[in-house]
Amino acid sequence: MRNKLPLLSVPYVVWMALFVVAPIIMVVIYAFSSAAGGFTLANFARMGTYTVVFTRSFKLALIATVICLLIGYPVSYMMSKEGPRFQRIAMVLIMLPMWMNFLLRTYSWMSILENNGLLNQLFQKIGLITLYNNVFGTDLAFFRMINTQGAVVLGMVYNYLPFMILPIYSVIVKLDDSLIEAARDLGASTFNVFRRVILPLSLPGVLSGITMVFVPSVSTFAISKMLGGGTEMLLGDLIEQQFLGGAYNPQLGAAISLVMMVIVVVCMWIMNRFGEGEEQAVMM
Amino acid sequence: MKKILALAMMMVTILTLTACGGSSSGSESKDRVVNVCSWGEYIDEDLIYQFEDETGIKVNYQTAESNEALYSLLKTGAGDYDVIVPSDYMIGRLIAEGMLAELNYDNIPNYALIDARYKGLSYDPDNKYTVPYTWGTLGIIYNTTMVDEEITSWDAMFDEKYAGQVLMIRNSRDALAAALLDLGYDINTTDEAQIREAYELLADAKSKGVYQSFVMDEIFGKMEGGNAAIAMYYAGDYLTMLENNEDLAYVVPEEGSNWFVDAMCVLKNAQHKEEAEAWINFIAGTDANLANMDYIWYASPNAEALEQYPAYYEETYGEELDQETFGIMAAPADVLDRCTLYENLPAETLTLYNDLWTELGI
Repeated sequence: MRNKLPLLSVPYVVWMALFVVAPIIMVVIYAFSSAAGGFTLANFARMGTYTVVFTRSFKLALIATVICLLIGYPVSYMMSKEGPRFQRIAMVLIMLPMWMNFLLRTYSWMSILENNGLLNQLFQKIGLITLYNNVFGTDLAFFRMINTQGAVVLGMVYNYLPFMILPIYSVIVKLDDSLIEAARDLGASTFNVFRRVILPLSLPGVLSGITMVFVPSVSTFAISKMLGGGTEMLLGDLIEQQFLGGAYNPQLGAAISLVMMVIVVVCMWIMNRFGEGEEQAVMM
Repeated sequence: MKKILALAMMMVTILTLTACGGSSSGSESKDRVVNVCSWGEYIDEDLIYQFEDETGIKVNYQTAESNEALYSLLKTGAGDYDVIVPSDYMIGRLIAEGMLAELNYDNIPNYALIDARYKGLSYDPDNKYTVPYTWGTLGIIYNTTMVDEEITSWDAMFDEKYAGQVLMIRNSRDALAAALLDLGYDINTTDEAQIREAYELLADAKSKGVYQSFVMDEIFGKMEGGNAAIAMYYAGDYLTMLENNEDLAYVVPEEGSNWFVDAMCVLKNAQHKEEAEAWINFIAGTDANLANMDYIWYASPNAEALEQYPAYYEETYGEELDQETFGIMAAPADVLDRCTLYENLPAETLTLYNDLWTELGI
């Protein structure tokens, strides 16, 4: 009886070992080896040079995560309050962009945000640029949108927003209504019901939403390459460059990846600790 | 029952895994295959179907972004290719590192059609490893409606006057070559001080906001759509852009430039050497070169094809080929005279290039 579950889990364990554990071990080995193959710490000694890239990546990923949360939470909350028909349609609309390839979507944003792109042409047509020039006394031919940090954040939010909405929604929609009724019976205001009951109970969804947005954002390279123009490099670009780009140095690339993974894991650990504490505090 | 199910699932997993492993090596299968890796927008795809129909060999056609990216793919073993089409300096490096196989030219009779000018070049002096695919020049592309002057110098790529309007190439060798040329140095220099000076020129222009972005294939959309004024890229690609935006102009700067040869090579560990040589022979033929030239606008090293191209163009489109266009595609002798071929750099210079390139990105 007892060994049924382990046997059923064999396919996944095999999968994990082959495609998750083994690559991580390889990253660690690479990070600590020199080009010739011997053990070295030299790859980490150079890490200080890349502090700017680390801070820039974490900053942009953090901003994108906060925006996703600010948009995603209300949407999930409203959705869960509507009828099943509305929920189904809303769900399809949220998932719809994900049916298209991620690179294609980002490419489309490129042509929308370009100096001579769709948005700037629209602004031109409706006279917004002229108006702006008259008001501020500037001499702009277009609004500079692409190749900015804002464009990169936009790309992150656009691509990863569904990963924030879905986990929050799936937690909120399963909330037991009787808990809310009980809180009401005990005289809690609408705000207090939200703050003391709904918010704490939806926290697991929020935490997994944050993880699912933050982690891919911090390591993205396609978005920053296309929308950021490669002038302000992110961690993903830096790592990609060591493996596939102009500078072939897989050992350094592995070392940067390892440092990034450690920082991300520490961030997640702190966040989860904070999350647990919150839940317990509320329960008491 | 559950145990049986679990066992079945395990079997499926194992089978899929082994099946994947089997198909990629493919040496035992009877189907004849050739794995080709080239650049984006770099072949008339009808040629692939034509070759498949004629020989029954299936072509797996893949692309890499740049010579450096291709090198990484080969080094990490991620790319399982038979034929690759790197540029001169990368070929030199691959030969030096023993990664290419010597070709059996008896299987490639069309090699005789290649002009002697593209044989015996520095990267493959004894003509043992390569069959040239295309050649061309590197130059500056600019939008005449956005730039008031006629551009003739590499200065334009570093000029603050054009802040935010310049596209720099995302490839260390070409980007540093532009800076080296602007400073009057040799593009194959191994002098660290000169290379560092070139890097400073680039870094300085970048910090002053000259570069809108660093691009490779994204350049097409950006230049065609009038989103940037100046860029540096390859002559053949300029002609492709010109088809969609006739305000664009191309110049090989007066300080000189790089001229390049991209050539087909077979990897030493290629599983399908015979098929690879059949593919190379097919592509080196005059008909294939004409079709390719017409599609990608890069000049052919096949003497017969290059000579016939103006007539071919007239026949296909019912109008005469513009001499200026042809001159950009196949640079005349006086332009080529001021251009230099890249040579493979020694390991320490390559490391310097890599380090500086990473530093530039930060």
